[in-house]
Amino acid sequence: MATKDERYDKMAYEFIKVSITAYSITAIIGGLLAFSLFMFYPDFMKYMTRLFGPTMLAYALIFFAESASLYIYYYGWHAMHYGFLKWVHLTIGLVLNAVGTMLMFLANSWVTFMLSPGGVDAAGAFQGDIWKVIHNFLWNPINLHRFVANIAYGGSIVGAYAAYRFLSARNETEKAHYDWMGYTANLIAIGALLPLPFAGYWLTAEIYAYSQQMGITLMGGVFAWLFITQAVIIGALFLSANYYLWCGMERSPGAYRYTKYIKYIAGVIAVCFLVWFTPHTLILKPWELKTLGGQYHPFLGPLGIMPAKNTAVNNMLIFTFLSFLLYRRANKIPTVSWAAAGSAIQAAIFIAAILNIVYLGVYYGYFTNTVYKVASSVPQVASTLTVIISCMVIDVLMFKGAKDVGEFRWGKMPQRSQYALFLLAVSFTWLMGLMGFIRSAIRQHWHVYTVMRDNSLDAFTPTIGYAAKVVSIATVIFMAIVIFIFWLSQLSAKKQEDKSKLHPEVIPYEPAAKPLKPETETE
Amino acid sequence: MKIFFRVIVFSVLTIVLYMLFATQYIPPINPAPPPKEEALNLGAMTMPQFIALGEKIFNGKGTCTLCHNPVVKRAPLLESVAVRANERLKDPRYKGKAKNPADYIEESMREPSAYVVAGFGVTGTNDTVSPMPVITAGAIGLNDVEVKAVVAYLLQLGGAEIPFEVPRGQPVAEKKEGQAAAPAKTGAEVVKKYGCGGCHKIAGEAGAIGPDLTKIGAKRNVEYLRRAVLDPDADIAQGFPGGMMPKDFGDKMTAGEFKLLVEFLAKSK
Ligand code: HEC
Ligand code: HEC
Repeated sequence: MATKDERYDKMAYEFIKVSITAYSITAIIGGLLAFSLFMFYPDFMKYMTRLFGPTMLAYALIFFAESASLYIYYYGWHAMHYGFLKWVHLTIGLVLNAVGTMLMFLANSWVTFMLSPGGVDAAGAFQGDIWKVIHNFLWNPINLHRFVANIAYGGSIVGAYAAYRFLSARNETEKAHYDWMGYTANLIAIGALLPLPFAGYWLTAEIYAYSQQMGITLMGGVFAWLFITQAVIIGALFLSANYYLWCGMERSPGAYRYTKYIKYIAGVIAVCFLVWFTPHTLILKPWELKTLGGQYHPFLGPLGIMPAKNTAVNNMLIFTFLSFLLYRRANKIPTVSWAAAGSAIQAAIFIAAILNIVYLGVYYGYFTNTVYKVASSVPQVASTLTVIISCMVIDVLMFKGAKDVGEFRWGKMPQRSQYALFLLAVSFTWLMGLMGFIRSAIRQHWHVYTVMRDNSLDAFTPTIGYAAKVVSIATVIFMAIVIFIFWLSQLSAKKQEDKSKLHPEVIPYEPAAKPLKPETETE
Repeated sequence: MKIFFRVIVFSVLTIVLYMLFATQYIPPINPAPPPKEEALNLGAMTMPQFIALGEKIFNGKGTCTLCHNPVVKRAPLLESVAVRANERLKDPRYKGKAKNPADYIEESMREPSAYVVAGFGVTGTNDTVSPMPVITAGAIGLNDVEVKAVVAYLLQLGGAEIPFEVPRGQPVAEKKEGQAAAPAKTGAEVVKKYGCGGCHKIAGEAGAIGPDLTKIGAKRNVEYLRRAVLDPDADIAQGFPGGMMPKDFGDKMTAGEFKLLVEFLAKSK
């Protein structure tokens, strides 16, 4: 059995291999995008180049550094594997990441300048301080948001890769490896997804602070529906994350003790999802819109803070956490004397929190006046956090030195569970596209908000539906490329295997590799 | 290969599902088209037409209803602002210069913080800073005629007297948006765009802070002219103070504009 470190090492190496292909495609597409921008928006790009010229040059140079460190990192993997050289190698890996982040921050400054121009006067003329142009009002909020989101997104893509390789694995060893990889990547993705709403909240608050008008366009106007779409997709992600955890319980021989609870958890989460999914407004036809007196439906603004939805989402979080706890203990028998009491306390905390959340939701939602409706969200989130933190602490203490029921079996996963990992990657990509649309759309008819207007004859702000179509096409293309890259990597793995048969000294690290028994698809 | 296709099909199905949600479930609301600057025939316009124009701007280009609407209550309703205005003017917190409702409304639009309605100020400023944007600037950018039209509309809405006529004459030139991006096409345009005439006698303008440039091409060579614009302090013209002329024209102008300008100056003989 490989040690943990070696496993991570192998995962990193494998993925950097995939990244090399992806990197060249990125460069090509980036070039394509830049050319199209200069071709279709010559005046706008001329203006941007005049302002951002030095940073664009810096971008090109840093991109060069990025390529250099990527190639050294990849090709030097085996040459720098032990002792001091390993540290050098790790440092290069860090540099690679730092440089990549710098690239992103630079590009972010161009994008946020278009939203909240800084360092120029009212007519858009440069004031002489390039730092003010870069460090415009929304730069840091976007930097943070994208930084966190990139970790989640990266995790989801690695997860999809692992899923692909799992599905095409030819023996149990491979399956075990890719199962572990998928699980780890998924954990990273979900872990980074959780703080993302807070980064999003900060960004939104800063948009309001920069321009109330823009904030209202974003949250209260036409685009409010977009956040409903976002909520639904995040709900779907929760469902699939749970599903993945439940499937993962098959890895533990002791899981049979808990499987009977899964159907109830599934039921609760499904109900929560439905509440989350049901809008508090009917679908409006144009004439209905007219009777309402405008494009803005009265409930759209408050929808985001609707107590019913808050109740649903908090319960969804709590039950997802419950799935995680069950998953954790599926293969364990606690040895501490207070185990029964511990579980009872955990159960009590769960029940108290759920009751509290439901009570708050119902009370504030239906028995107080509108102004106070907001008041429920903070104590509800506090209840959820209390459950997560306190039960996690109890759990860690309780399962210290716990006995295993049997051998934990990586790779013992149904094939269909892997599609949950794919769902994550696809959903993230699609959602990212849509959120990118809204980020640009709130500028409305401005290239650079308040400074440079889009005066072209056919300028218009697309509807969400239109944008969704474009985003869908882009996502299909993107996923096709990504899956193609996965397929390529698996192609190269095939050759390696033939060689290892010729050299018997290269033995797989789990000698008792069982033959793969055919899996029956139930989907 | 089988898995390749299966995974692709799964991904495409997911995407199609999302797309159906966003196109079928979500109502198709068209975001407002970009506001247009209409060619106004002010000469023939009657007061009722002018008021109607104000209403249109109020609901459209002015984006006033984004905040001033009965549903979300982000800002005071304006139906009776014309009546309320007299109380506002008497309020000791009032810091503006308006003397009558018409001026008060216009001032509210041009300098929102001159008087901030209690409870509506930016959080933490104790009602001294208004969250309302200056509507003659930025993303809204109404011109003077449009402002007057909205004032007329709001006065009429509150049943107040309109103390002015429909402004005749030409509408004030629209603020040139994206000016920085559209490079000037002739040397004279460059001079205008960068305001050289504020200080110099040049291209029909008569600034007197700097030297007369109408015959500068006869006196100075191209090399000197370039330097004089890019680095004004390199040579100080006799009889004039140094350090006055802005030093950042080189950054602001495009290379093409700079070339046009130097040619223009060199030809001014
Ligand atoms: C971003 C939101 C927003 C927009 C857009 C906006 N306003 Fe306001 N407006 C406010 C707020 C908030 C106040 C109250 C604070 C204050 O007095 O400045 C206000 C106050 C006023 C007042 C004074 C009201 C009173 O009772 O004294 C007038 C008049 C006014 N707005 C007119 C307009 C017009 C006309 C437009 C469109 C051209 C407009 N506003 C656009 C937010 C907005
Ligand atoms: C704020 C006032 C100001 C503005 C605006 C300004 N200048 Fe000047 N300019 C001066 C002053 C004062 C001098 C004389 C002192 C010096 O040479 O620096 C001068 C000198 C010059 C000279 C040298 C004349 C000579 O005989 O040596 C040239 C050429 C010139 N300006 C061109 C321009 C052009 C072209 C622009 C517009 C792009 C412009 N200036 C805008 C104030 C101004």
